[in-house]
Order: sequence, then C-alpha cells, then structure tokens
Amino acid sequence: MGKLGLIIKREYLAKVRNKSFIIMTFLSPVLMVGMIVLISFLAKVNDSEKRVISVLNESEHFRRGFVTNDNISYLYLKDIQLQEAIDSTRSMGFYGLLHIPEEGNLEMAADSAFLYTKDSPVSYVLEQLESVFESELRIKRLKDLGLSKSEYLQVDRSFEIRASTFSGEANIKGISEIKAFIGGGFGYMIMMFIIIYGGFVMRSVIEEKTSRIIEVIISSVKPFQLMLGKIIGTSLAGVTQFGIWIVSASLLLVIALLVFGIDPVILVDRSNLQSVSAGMSTDLSPEVFERVRIVGREVLRIPWVTLILFFLLYFVLGYLIYSSIYAAIGAAVDNETDTQQFIFPIILPLMLAIYVGFFSVFSNPHGPIAVGFSLFPLTSPIVMLMRLPGGIGENGVPVWQLIVSILLLIMTFLAIVWLAAKIYRVGILMYGKKPTYKELWKWLKY
Amino acid sequence: MDNILVVDRVSKKYGDYTALNQLSLEIPKHCIYGLLGPNGAGKTTLIRIINQITYPDTGGVYFDGELLEPKHIAQIGYLPEERGLYKSMKVGEQALYLAQLKGLSKTEAKKRLKFWFERLEIGDWWNKKIQELSKGMAQKIQFIVTVLHEPKLLIFDEPFSGFDPINANKIKEEILYLKEQGTSIIFSTHRMESVEELCEYITLLNEAEKLLDGKLSDIKKAYKNNTYKVGVRLNNAYEEAVQKLRADLRVENCTYDQEESLLDFTLNLPSPDTQKALEVINGLGMLSYFEETIPSANDIFIKTVEEKQLHG
Repeated sequence: MGKLGLIIKREYLAKVRNKSFIIMTFLSPVLMVGMIVLISFLAKVNDSEKRVISVLNESEHFRRGFVTNDNISYLYLKDIQLQEAIDSTRSMGFYGLLHIPEEGNLEMAADSAFLYTKDSPVSYVLEQLESVFESELRIKRLKDLGLSKSEYLQVDRSFEIRASTFSGEANIKGISEIKAFIGGGFGYMIMMFIIIYGGFVMRSVIEEKTSRIIEVIISSVKPFQLMLGKIIGTSLAGVTQFGIWIVSASLLLVIALLVFGIDPVILVDRSNLQSVSAGMSTDLSPEVFERVRIVGREVLRIPWVTLILFFLLYFVLGYLIYSSIYAAIGAAVDNETDTQQFIFPIILPLMLAIYVGFFSVFSNPHGPIAVGFSLFPLTSPIVMLMRLPGGIGENGVPVWQLIVSILLLIMTFLAIVWLAAKIYRVGILMYGKKPTYKELWKWLKY
Repeated sequence: MDNILVVDRVSKKYGDYTALNQLSLEIPKHCIYGLLGPNGAGKTTLIRIINQITYPDTGGVYFDGELLEPKHIAQIGYLPEERGLYKSMKVGEQALYLAQLKGLSKTEAKKRLKFWFERLEIGDWWNKKIQELSKGMAQKIQFIVTVLHEPKLLIFDEPFSGFDPINANKIKEEILYLKEQGTSIIFSTHRMESVEELCEYITLLNEAEKLLDGKLSDIKKAYKNNTYKVGVRLNNAYEEAVQKLRADLRVENCTYDQEESLLDFTLNLPSPDTQKALEVINGLGMLSYFEETIPSANDIFIKTVEEKQLHG
C-alpha cells in the first residue's frame, strides 16, 4: 500500500471509529424519520379537526349551500334571536356563527350576511363560505340574464390547455417543477456534504496541529499527500455515513409508515395531494390515468445515467475545491474559534447557489441568472445540477454551457488546490499566530 | 565517504526574512553532531530542509554522497521540537502507522516494536490510547517511533525539553546505544550545556550564519586561554601569600577560608607553560587542586558573537 493509501485508511478509520460519528450515523435516521412521522402525524391530527359553524338563516335563500364536509360541519339554528344565537354558539364552543338576516332579495341577503367568530377566521373557512355565496349569486345573476341553471353548469367547466414539445411529445403541467426538484435534491446533497465533511477535514487538520503530530508526519510524507489523503479518507467516511443514512432512513420510513398507518401521500405537496386523491376516489378516470402515465414517463425520461454521471463529476470537483479550502483554513489557525472569519466566505457562495437555484432555476432554468451561476465555478456544482434534469442539448442545457462550466470548474479546481496546498504547507508549521488574510497572502509567496 | 550529510551554501528566505544565509556544513558519519545557537538562528529551518519539509532557495544538500531526494526520507529519523502523537489513537496502531509511512513493512515494524517495547520497559500499552498515558510514557513512544525504522541519520530538535530527568537520562543512554550501532546523530538546541558532553562536533549558528564549526575538543583547545582554578593550603598568613602571588602572577577572585586556611583563586597565564607558576604556588603551602578552566560552548558562543560584533 502506498503512503497515500495508508493515510486514507487511517483517516477513514479514525473518522469511522469515532464515537460521536457512530452515534450520529445511527441516530440521525431515527431522528429524521421521527420528525417526518411526527410532522405527518400532527398534520393528520390538524386535518381531522372539524370546525363547527352554526347557521342562523332567517332568509329564504342559501338553504342548500351549506353542506357538512371534511372540514366544516354546519348546525342550523331556528327561531331564535341573533344575540341568543351568538351566546349559545359561544357557550357551546363552536367555531362561529353565520347569520343571514331576513331579506326578500338574494343580493340583499348576501350583502347583509355576517360571520361571527371568536377571533379572526382562518382562510379556508372564509373561502368555503364565500364560495357558497358566490356560486348561488352567479347562478342567480346568470338567470337574470336568461340562462338556466343547467345551462350554466354546462358552461362552467374548467379548461386545461393541451401542450406538447416541438417534437410532438405530450407535455404536462408541473413536470418542469418535478425536474427542478430532482436537480435541487442533488444540489442540496452536494451542499450538505461539503458543509458537513469539509468541516470534518478542517477539524482533523486542526487536531493534527494541536496534538503537534503534524511535523512528525510530514517528515515522512509530503504535506500535499497528507492533505489529499485526509480529504479522500474523510469523504469516504462521509459517503459511508450518507449511504447508511439513506438506506436506514428509507427502511425506517417504510416501517414507520406501515406501523403508524400514515398515507405517504400526505407528505407530498397539497396541490398534488388533491389531484392524486381525486384520482383515487374516482377510480382513475381516463384523463387522470393519462396524466399519471405522462408524469411517470417524463420522470423516466429524465436522463438518469447522464445526470448521475454529471452529479458524480460536479460532486467530486466541487467537493475537492471546497474541502481543500477547508483544509487550508484548518492549517492556518490554531483552534476552531479562529476559523469563523474564514468560514463565512466559503458558506456564502454555497448558500447563494442554493437560493439562486431554488428561485431562478425553478422559474426559468435557462434564464441569464441561472446560466451565469451554473458557469461560475464556486456555484456551478449546485446550480448546473438543478438545470441538468431538463436534459442536454435541444430543450435543455446547451452543450457549450456544459463544457464551459466543466472547464472552468476544472481550472478552478487546479488553481484552488494549488493555492490551498501552499497555505496548508506553510500553515501547519505555524503556531501561536492568529492569521489574517494579509498573512495568508504572504504565505503564498514562501 | 566520511560525511553522512553535506550542506553546500544553502540559503533560505521567508519573505524578507533570511533564515539561512550561504550555510555550509559537513557532518561526519557515526558521531554526535551539535547544531547550537540561540532561538531564531536558523537551526529548525536547516533541519526542515534536511527532512525535505521545506526546500532551500539556493544551494544543495547531499546525503551519504548523493543529492538529497525523497527516497532518503526512509533513512532519516526526526524528532521535532513541536512533537506529539494522535491522542485518540491506540499506541500500537499509531506506531505501526508511522513506521509504515517511513517505509517499513507491517511485520517488520511489529517485530521491531516488540524489541523496543521490551528495551524501554514498555509493558502492555499496545491497546492503550495516548491520552490514557502519562507524559513520560508518551515521550518514550515518541522516541521509539523516531528510531524504529533504523535510520542512518537521526535528528533531534531540542531533544531533552519536556523530558523529566529520569527519562532524559534513559533517552540519552539509548542515543549512545544507537551511536554505537553506527547511527549518525544531530542534536539541535539553544540550551548548549544540555548536549555539550555528548557532542563530538559542533556548529554554532547565529542570525542565519555559521559562527564556527569543528571538533568540539579542537574548538575548546583554541578557545581556552590558560586560565586555571587553584586551591592552596597556606603555611603563612593570607595577606603575605597574596602579595607574593601578585608579584609574579596574574591572580583574580581570591577567597580565603580561615578555618581550613585554604586559598582559592583564578590564575591567568601568558602561555601554556605552568612550570613556573606551580613553583611559586608550591612555595606558599600545600597544593589542594590545580584545574584548567575549559570554556563551555556557551562561553565560546558569547565570545565569538562579541568578537564578530567588534570586527564587523
């Protein structure tokens, strides 16, 4: 085994055998799944809360609109005074009282209707009540214009435009969001990995400095070998941990969902929830079936192999750039408290990449900001991965952008690793100095 | 080839700061060589260059007749001034790791570790972590990992700092043992008195330059100035004796012990000829002791620095 191999092995084992690392590895999935279960359980509890609204309807109108559903149940009051109704609603602990005074005219009745609640009403209650008024009013107004209710119901149907790509593939709403989410997932993973394991590399360098073993080691190996071995060893430990997390978290999640009987759909976005559950209840109408089929086809049509290859490429280069900066910082300081001033400039481009990615790539994967950030080497590993699920070439990321982005990344990688190695080489032998940027600049010239 | 290491006009700058200026040295084989000088003289820089941790700006270093290359790392053992071990790593694993980094095979390293553990009376520490050991124990391990790969050249930077007297003595013995086995050894220190008795050759460094170098006995010979410490049991009165002495000789620092009638003084002679002085002293009473004062490396250092400042 070469010296680099020995260093990698030691760094890996030192990390993997570390007690807090082991605890984190096995506790995190439990915590994560616990959180998910808790959140979905709470959501379920929250959803199942039914609000009771008493209705005092003294008019002729709106007799049939207020029908108890999943969220609100209505209780009709009769032949009592308004004040009496308010008092009893309150004393019963109901959510509110809807009062529609006696008016001959529908419009007038609607206008003088009033909702009493304990405090300001939640929006979905208002929406539901308002929609009842709205639909009755609409029918009545159209009737005044000479349109019968059945005629109106025929007219009132939602419309969805059918779309396809130029090459004739049927397109569907939401698919570009799904793609962006997948890319965003990859980008987010890279960011988390860099922040967690870059920090590990830094702490490991600081540990070697404070335990004063560093000079013993670099009298046997080149500082660059040690730095590289440390980065690789730590990231292998990181890959191990990530692997364990993903496998055990998915297993635990499946088990938890089965045990607690939680419908996984609840975790998905609300708009999806409605369409999917609608699909379930109507026993998969042809349109819904078609839609699911297209989504499935589109997800499968994401160029997974290319995507994963590029993920690995961007991941390796991006991680090496950032972790060598972390190593250089670790070498420059004597203890962790001195690292703050240097850490911030590292985190900044990462955060920027994530936020710019989520805001601009989602709305327009090929807009100027998205393109710029996917070329800039410190953000490209994250932002380019968010763009890539859309494909490469026509309709996707232009080939030249991909090539420029990778070339820039490789050049930056070489430059940064070279600079970091220089700072590292000088820094590991410096004790008792609190370094400044000026000092670091001087080291580059040693 | 008589020299294990030749340093040829080596210069090294850190920015504007000159750490070494045109330094040349020859370190003979199988001896203990002292690299002496105050802090900041350039000792550690030189040692780091020999260990290929840093590289000279100009000049060359030759190891055993060959230009110094990465392959020579395996033949050099280095105990840095700033030293330590991985605190949370087990003793055995750690020693094996460091030995393997120096190019030993695992089985060979194990065999030698066993030898050294027995030799330094290190018991059942293999599975202990460094943080569980006392400082003295950790220092023993540190010494072992320095010498385990049986290097031709051993370099100790401030070797005895941090060692308690018992361990320091033990380590001294081991270093002498290694020297007998044919290892060449460099000591680097600013506490010159601590290694003087061990070194056969020395170099005095000051402010990036060599002040002087050579065999320690030759240097001392060159720097001794015919000064002697003398004690006499007087036959006559103190004042009379001193008067007699002062008439013929340069005498300083006279002290007189009335009870023992013992006179101590420092004698400075113009030449190494002691015959005449002894005759004068013998005339005063019974000679108790007569000892030549040999300058310490520290004295020589101070003297050369002063001379240099006067002349340059």
